[in-house]
Amino acid sequence: MVCQECKKKQATVHFTKIINGEKIELKLCESCAEQRGDLDFDGQQPFSVHQLLAGLLDLEEMPNVKGQTTTSNAGICKNCGLTEMQFAKIGRLGCTQCYQTFGARLNPLLKRVQGRSSHNGKVPKRSGGDIKLKREIEKLRESLNRYVIEEKFEDAAVLRDKIKALESELTQGGGA
Amino acid sequence: MSLKGFIDKNLSRWIQEQEGKTSEVVLSSRIRLARNLNDIPFPFLADSTDQSKVVELVRDAMEGQKDFSYLSRKNLSLEDRQALMEKHLISMQLVNDNKDSGLWLNKDESASIMVNEEDHIRIQVLLPGFELEEARKKADELDDALEQKLNYGFNEEKGYLTSCPTNVGTGLRASVMVHLPGLVLTKQINKVLTAVSQLGLAVRGIYGEGSEAAGNILQISNQITLGQREEEIIDNIKRVTKQIIDHEHNARKWLLNEKKIEIKDKVHRAYGVLSNAYTISSKEALELLSQVKLGIDLQLLDKESSQIFKELIVLIRPGYLQKLYGQKLSEKQRDIKRAEVIRERLRN
Repeated sequence: MVCQECKKKQATVHFTKIINGEKIELKLCESCAEQRGDLDFDGQQPFSVHQLLAGLLDLEEMPNVKGQTTTSNAGICKNCGLTEMQFAKIGRLGCTQCYQTFGARLNPLLKRVQGRSSHNGKVPKRSGGDIKLKREIEKLRESLNRYVIEEKFEDAAVLRDKIKALESELTQGGGA
Repeated sequence: MSLKGFIDKNLSRWIQEQEGKTSEVVLSSRIRLARNLNDIPFPFLADSTDQSKVVELVRDAMEGQKDFSYLSRKNLSLEDRQALMEKHLISMQLVNDNKDSGLWLNKDESASIMVNEEDHIRIQVLLPGFELEEARKKADELDDALEQKLNYGFNEEKGYLTSCPTNVGTGLRASVMVHLPGLVLTKQINKVLTAVSQLGLAVRGIYGEGSEAAGNILQISNQITLGQREEEIIDNIKRVTKQIIDHEHNARKWLLNEKKIEIKDKVHRAYGVLSNAYTISSKEALELLSQVKLGIDLQLLDKESSQIFKELIVLIRPGYLQKLYGQKLSEKQRDIKRAEVIRERLRN
């Protein structure tokens, strides 16, 4: 079979791509396939999520025109040594401390990728400490409000006392 | 070893058949949690000392988990790693990397913990059928057990801290593997896929990112990990999947009412090729197996149980074939052995 692109050489590369749910099948010769850039001949990932993220970080730099983009090592993670430049290039963090170090750069990216930037889920039991208490109080407050609206004042009073107790536990630094 | 002996010994729990209507469509449910240790560089930046430290810390934390044993990457052959990947127990990254990485695996291979993959720890529970909640409960228990001894990277605002910002927050990826021949045959699949992606869910082929939807099998998973609670994420996938199941059932009903002869013909031809071929590519085999499963599900073919489908989609992969025959096989040899395995399995 001849290559679908140059219609000259023998097609040796067959590949299938799904774009927006539509399946495209192509039979190409090696040089045409290479030119398309869809394939990876070096054993490296042709187009990874990390590259894509790094691209999004570059976008964040756009407002700083005329070479004013961050080129200094002002931001460098003291724990793992990842620099801001590296971070912007690879789109990945180097360690848990990086989330502090690169927080300002990271937040707009997280909003873009995740839609929101604040965690609302599970909290680790042992190291979660105060956060767990705070979440518990928040939850109880929501139920309390519901009881008030439903005029279940006795149930609301029980919750109010519970919240008070948890709050004093929190100010005493308990729960860790 | 006989093929049956090999199958009994080498297949994971998710490959077992489940009773019930939804399991005709949902092949398996998976929960994955990404976790990292505080202050130690993530695996891609960690030096070998740090990598070994993580392996040791996880080993200490796993003490008492009697059901699990550790498989170190360096003790596994390429074929072994490939076979583990084909069973969806490890990622492509763990097949190819040369880090001090490995896998904790329980006896029925329903739960696993990857060490030093993209994150320090990746907990995974993989069950047959539509069992996302059960899978999550198990993953949660393992997570709690590990957290008793390990200092996870976590903060109030960002949640569980991960190497890639696409996993931060809950670190949770929930997915279901679905078989949708009805929607493909009735040409409705693209509509479904578009709708699913508009709801913030991702649709991928059978072996994850970048793989094609071979054998009419797709994986549906959440994309967002930050801001939503774990229950919300799972509920979202469950609701969407339930609707897809309904659409698939309707499509099958329509096919049975309107195109019975055509479908029966397709199914029996597929069975004919599979039970008589002497060489077959993985793509063709998957396509025909999908049709055979449809035939069994619609009771148009009573020769087999639909269990063979789940067994064979794993058994015919390159790593597995090489493990079964105990030797490296070229592509051509694999096509021949693949046909042999299918013929033998269909005869029994």
